Amino acid sequence: MFNINSPTVYDVAIVGSGAGGGMAAYVLTQAGANVVMLEAGPTWGAAADGDMFTWNYTSPTRGASSPEKPFGEFDGCIGGWEIEGEPYTHVEGTEWDWFRARMLGGRTNHWGRISLRFGPDDFRGYSIDGIGDDWPIRYEEVAPYYDKVDDLVGIFGNEAGFYNEPDGNFMLPPAPRLHELLVMQGAAKIGIPVLANRLSVITQNHRGRPACHYCSQCGRGCSTGSNFSSPSVLLPPARESGNLTIIDSAMAREVLTDVDGLARGISYVDRNDMQEYQVQARAVVLAASACESARLLLNSTSPRHPNGLANSSGVVGRYLMDSTGADVVGLFPQLIGRPSYNEDGAGGAHIYIPWFGYDQERDFARGYHLEVWGGRGQPSYGFMGGMHEYNDLFDARPRGGGGYGLQLKQDYRDLYGAIAGFAARGEMIARYDNYCEIDPTTVDRHGIPVLRFNVTWSDQEINQIRHAQESARSLVEAMGGEVLNPMPSRDDGYGILTPGRIIHEVGTVRMGDDPRTSALNPYCQAHDASNVFVADAAPFVSQAHKNTTWTILAMAWRTSENIVRLRNEGKL
Amino acid sequence: MDRRETLKLLALAPFAFTLSPSDARLAAGKVRVAREDDSFAAQFFTDEEMESVRILVDMIIPADDRSGSATDVGVPAFMDSIMNVRPVMQTPMRGGLAWLNSYAEERFGVSFAEASDEQRRALLDAIAYPDDADPELLHGVAFFNSFRDLTASGFWTTRDGMEDLGYMGNTFVAEWTGAPDGEIERLGLGRATWDTV
Repeated sequence: MFNINSPTVYDVAIVGSGAGGGMAAYVLTQAGANVVMLEAGPTWGAAADGDMFTWNYTSPTRGASSPEKPFGEFDGCIGGWEIEGEPYTHVEGTEWDWFRARMLGGRTNHWGRISLRFGPDDFRGYSIDGIGDDWPIRYEEVAPYYDKVDDLVGIFGNEAGFYNEPDGNFMLPPAPRLHELLVMQGAAKIGIPVLANRLSVITQNHRGRPACHYCSQCGRGCSTGSNFSSPSVLLPPARESGNLTIIDSAMAREVLTDVDGLARGISYVDRNDMQEYQVQARAVVLAASACESARLLLNSTSPRHPNGLANSSGVVGRYLMDSTGADVVGLFPQLIGRPSYNEDGAGGAHIYIPWFGYDQERDFARGYHLEVWGGRGQPSYGFMGGMHEYNDLFDARPRGGGGYGLQLKQDYRDLYGAIAGFAARGEMIARYDNYCEIDPTTVDRHGIPVLRFNVTWSDQEINQIRHAQESARSLVEAMGGEVLNPMPSRDDGYGILTPGRIIHEVGTVRMGDDPRTSALNPYCQAHDASNVFVADAAPFVSQAHKNTTWTILAMAWRTSENIVRLRNEGKL
Repeated sequence: MDRRETLKLLALAPFAFTLSPSDARLAAGKVRVAREDDSFAAQFFTDEEMESVRILVDMIIPADDRSGSATDVGVPAFMDSIMNVRPVMQTPMRGGLAWLNSYAEERFGVSFAEASDEQRRALLDAIAYPDDADPELLHGVAFFNSFRDLTASGFWTTRDGMEDLGYMGNTFVAEWTGAPDGEIERLGLGRATWDTV
């Protein structure tokens, strides 16, 4: 039988300590709620545990990636695509790569800090082009929360007034790097817009957190809290309220419900002793990441919820989306053999290219943005691999590329920082037939049934990525460079990355006005169980091409304020 | 096992070049990877293979007036470490070195390590230029491409390598001033049209 962890009946139990969970904890504890938060991973803090300022030469593998650290040895995220004891499966013939974070703060520790708002069009895609579905809410309802998030967290950017890219309350952005100025020059030649990037990195001291010191190591976890992570920004004030209890190493198994079908708590496995425990709460907020929240609901069956909690509609797990992704890499002669300067900067590009194809005739409905990378970063494992493919591109060699010896050694020096590239991030269309479900036979090491995925790209995404490839290649040429990776064929999806690879999963517990076709109402409250809420990206009706975190934060704030309102009105 | 425990274990392991993050910060500027003359017992390469590896890495990245050679900065030890953490690379490496010896025997009747400098250069010349290599030597070309990449990985990620490159980052920057004016003007680039810090 279950061991009850404590007799306390909390006001709210939150599953997940990342963007959504952290925000829910922040808002609810400020309102006086007694909150318990379950986090599957261990406690981790960037200052004590992170690798900011670590030199790659201090490791024998120089920062190489591994299954446990797929983004590099010093990356600030514990988790990965393959976690021992936590498998997932696929319907045959399909692919989905699923990244899980298992640490306090989740993916917010190492994410790219790209903090784009969804725009007005993104909430009403169906009304515009008849594809997918509209959200049950509009930008105007979320805008005040985006504003509050900007003010609480801090974000830099420029007020561009660009279509469907709403400006925020921005701090000044850092000036572009040399290769980024080259991008801007090339883009101007072919009419591609470039804006300052919008990163949740503070360029001035803000609410007790110091300004960024431009070491470009956001991904390692910022020891000064100068970027957004849940443990840097949301959890400290939540803890200071005295109203937050965090239970780490707690893998939620299911949401427990009472005879009326309302949630009454969470059962979880303590990963330290592998024993089962429960916490009791009057309301539950799931923010375990889109697929994990869906998994929890689907595993929470009961007589009142035979199809899984909040799933009378059958949509839980359905409409799974990730951003599309593809890469173009170029070599730029102007950047060869240049004098050094410290190009680290903030932990991400200082510019980005917003979707610009609204008025173009095209064979796909939704757009993408281009992320930019390049410059002279700290050398790490894999440094300038593939040199044989490009050291003769701008220096005619009698025998072509490659070689060895003094000339090659000089080639590394000269070509260091002469490579730059573009990563497309595009909107995937919501389709019922793309989903995750509970695998009928497989359990993880905790005994919790795992997810089985069934996702395929459609022509919408493939055609979009072709456009992105062509645009990025044109841009490389306009910049005077030469593209290093050949144009993939349609058979290869024009280089579209495996679904899941961009780690922007959304849609699996979608919101809507109609309980027959949605799991949550417009306040992310379950239609079927009024004390169950979802605060990660699972409620999203569409994926937009904007990175999801800022919208997760804004929506979680709105959802949590509504929980407070419902409680004050006696409806919870 | 949490990260702190893992780090403690690594610190105890033999041939550990890893320092904990705080140690690394303290030692910044003083740390060097063990050099060839320091005690280094290969865990993957045989003695014969290590002989070939040492010759090869120094042919790929020799010493010059700016920095030492690959062996000067411990590239063979780095390669040995990589072989142990990335077992999938072991057969291509072992097989590639064997292929090279086989090719040396075929051309000169000696192993790669036994060959003269001139002979070794002739062997590398045949596999170091993929666009111009004899189609019969493609396996050697593929091996050398990978070996060159791994040599570069091991060389430029050392402290000496980073100094040679002029990498100036991984440090606290109080005020970001962007790209140098001289470079912006030299390349005829514009500046951002928006206000910046």
